[in-house]
Amino acid sequence: MKKTDQNKALNTKIAITGMGIISAIGNSVPENLEALLASRSGITSISSLQTHHANSIKVGEVKLTNTQLIDILNIPKNSVFTRTALLGLYAAKHAVSSANITSVNAYKTGFISSTSVGGMDKTERHLKEFSSNRESQKYINSHHAGDSTQKIADALGITGFVTTISTACSSAANAIMLGARLIKAGILDRVIVGGVDPLSKFTINGFKTLMILSDSDCRPFDADRTGLNLGEAAAYLVLESQDIIDKEDKKVLAYLSGYGNANDAFHQTASSENGDGAFLAMQKALKMAQLDPDEINYINAHGTATANNDLSESVAIKRVFGNSVPDFSSTKAFTGHTLAAAGAIEAVYSVLALQENVVFPNLSFKTPIATTLLHPVTTVKRKDIQNVLSNSFGFGGNCSTLIFSK
Amino acid sequence: MKACYIHSAVSISAQNTFETVFNLSESKPLTSRKANSNHPPYKTYIAPAALRRMATGVKMGVTTGKKALEKANITMPDAVLTGTGMGCIEDTETFLNTIIANEEAYLTPTSFIQSTHNTVGAQIALGLKCKAYNNTYVHGALSFESALLDAKLLINTDESQSVLVGGVDELGKEFIDYTILVEDQNNGVKVPFSEGASFFVLSSEKQEKAILLNSLKTYSNLTEQEIPKVLNAFLLENNYQTQDIDAVICGNNGSVSDSYYNQARAVFPITTSQLHYKHLFGEFFTASAIGLFLGVSILQNQHIPDALVLGDYSKNSLKTIVLYNQFNGRDHSFILLSI
Amino acid sequence: MSNLKQELKENIIELLNLEEFSVEDINDNDALFGDGLGLDSIDALELMVMLDKDYGIKLTDPNEGKEIFQSIAVLADYIEKNRSK
Repeated sequence: MKKTDQNKALNTKIAITGMGIISAIGNSVPENLEALLASRSGITSISSLQTHHANSIKVGEVKLTNTQLIDILNIPKNSVFTRTALLGLYAAKHAVSSANITSVNAYKTGFISSTSVGGMDKTERHLKEFSSNRESQKYINSHHAGDSTQKIADALGITGFVTTISTACSSAANAIMLGARLIKAGILDRVIVGGVDPLSKFTINGFKTLMILSDSDCRPFDADRTGLNLGEAAAYLVLESQDIIDKEDKKVLAYLSGYGNANDAFHQTASSENGDGAFLAMQKALKMAQLDPDEINYINAHGTATANNDLSESVAIKRVFGNSVPDFSSTKAFTGHTLAAAGAIEAVYSVLALQENVVFPNLSFKTPIATTLLHPVTTVKRKDIQNVLSNSFGFGGNCSTLIFSK
Repeated sequence: MKACYIHSAVSISAQNTFETVFNLSESKPLTSRKANSNHPPYKTYIAPAALRRMATGVKMGVTTGKKALEKANITMPDAVLTGTGMGCIEDTETFLNTIIANEEAYLTPTSFIQSTHNTVGAQIALGLKCKAYNNTYVHGALSFESALLDAKLLINTDESQSVLVGGVDELGKEFIDYTILVEDQNNGVKVPFSEGASFFVLSSEKQEKAILLNSLKTYSNLTEQEIPKVLNAFLLENNYQTQDIDAVICGNNGSVSDSYYNQARAVFPITTSQLHYKHLFGEFFTASAIGLFLGVSILQNQHIPDALVLGDYSKNSLKTIVLYNQFNGRDHSFILLSI
Repeated sequence: MSNLKQELKENIIELLNLEEFSVEDINDNDALFGDGLGLDSIDALELMVMLDKDYGIKLTDPNEGKEIFQSIAVLADYIEKNRSK
């Protein structure tokens, strides 16, 4: 390829033709949309697992139990599916069918998933029985992060390129990004991308030790925010090459027009005061999408409602957008922070924002942060939306930004 | 598309690969069921303030990463990519056992923070103050290959000029025994389980001792019967035929699935040297990164250590090497290297 | 009191893996954070759990820790006044 052709290829928009989601606010794309438009949060007390912290935390739980998921998915009773694999397969199947894919291997198709806990939901229950209990031993090999991905890929019939990404809370955004790059490079024609994380005692206790779990509904970007609510969810998107779109005259839901990945290189868990990583990720994404900041109509912020993230992200947003910060909100007050799934959940919401021409509200916000004075959108706002920017930041300084366009 | 060269390769492994020049003449097959790495003195490479929180894998990863950059004369890479199959299993075990033992009370954050899969990549970025593209792959026996594929893609498409990429896994203390239990029940891995870190600097710049990373392809699932067809197609795509390949390095680990390697090896003529390495380096999800380290070293030194020879051995000059790895019949990877 | 200080120094070295320090290296009035021992926000969380576990003192706000963890002397004084075990 000549350099100019190559640059053109790198700047091609990637078509999104299907989406699937399961979260605390619904078991399908329409259910999620309905809850978002009704400002109905999915944050509740915890019921799906036993923890000593039950009275001091709130979470975003998926309403379906493992048994219900196994029934719905028609999974043979003796197979070894962690909750991670079950939630992931549920959402991935929805994504594939919404893209009207009947023969998954008609094109070079890949699967890229992300997770932070892998099979931890089973490991933490069975660890001390692994050495002696035959029934527990089947979960030994489902611990590692690639297991759920492999099970989902097998169930979808994908045998070629399959991989898993884990960059903490930015994981799914990086899975979406890799998928787009593989299509641009011609390595794949079609790729199902996204992420999944179930609730686990491991993450509940982990975030508890960092003292960043709120005992009430989380309040992103509020001056008096008291920390995050953990959530569980899975979401996948189907990305397809322009060739497939043209050949099959496929309906395109939206395009992935830009993406950026940068590292804050500041601290293992905390974001820097000037939000450098976030700033660089947003800048890279805008450059790739060939958009000026004022062409972004809505920012779906990372907005976890921790003291550190929301301040750092606000500073970074102001550095990119100056005094004309576009309408923005964090949807984590609906779903909780779904960790490695968050980037995919919010990608689905970004596409919905484009399709419906709506800014989703940032629930539970009252007072702006004194030093940045940013006001998120707090009620459903209808307006023309051409480009949505979505942020996902994680431990280890991993910062990623995606831009979705009509 | 830009060509992708390997400028440096550094490995900490169960053998003495880190501090000496490449020479396996002193190496011995591993005899215990679990084999720790031959660890260098990490204090020489990592500041005490950072070192005090690091588990084995992070120490190995940060140290090999640092040396790989030094050997390639790179101070700041354009991307840092890591692959790890089990992630930070030591700290995961620590935090999990404290949750269980203390019934969720008196837990402290350090082991939780350090248990995150991207800790190695993050610590490398933090140490270098490197704000560039950073990603971590965690897909079993394709963890390293996925990182390598991403790295190669960055170079091929001219998104990056130099990339630090590596694979790392630590043995841990508890989970590994469960893994061994399962393997023993299923006629699985016979070589010892081990640990290690191997990091590489990839670049678009052609240098005198640089090795060309021609191609890399991964498959989630293949049948044994498909191997010859897939391997031949892989070579053909790169304009090679089986007789052009001077050595094939397979990931034999003594399990029943070594039959896949038999299929692959049978594709090559007698003039292709047949090599293996896991009897010396053990098995773990990113052991194949050591395979690549060996492939690169063999081409650079124009010498195949006797300890690696499995079957046929030819004394031809060494120009082109193929690597094939899989784990229990899944997660297949093919890599083509040349000078 | 001096026993408590000695105990704190030993525990902090052990707990925070401060291999390069010995009890003799830490003076009662040395800053624990920043330029002194070089501890950071994660260590503060570790020390809060130590206060709870060893001395029955529960802190809920990480900012409270900043005052208390100034030095071994300040910390020991706070523990003497507030301990419940």
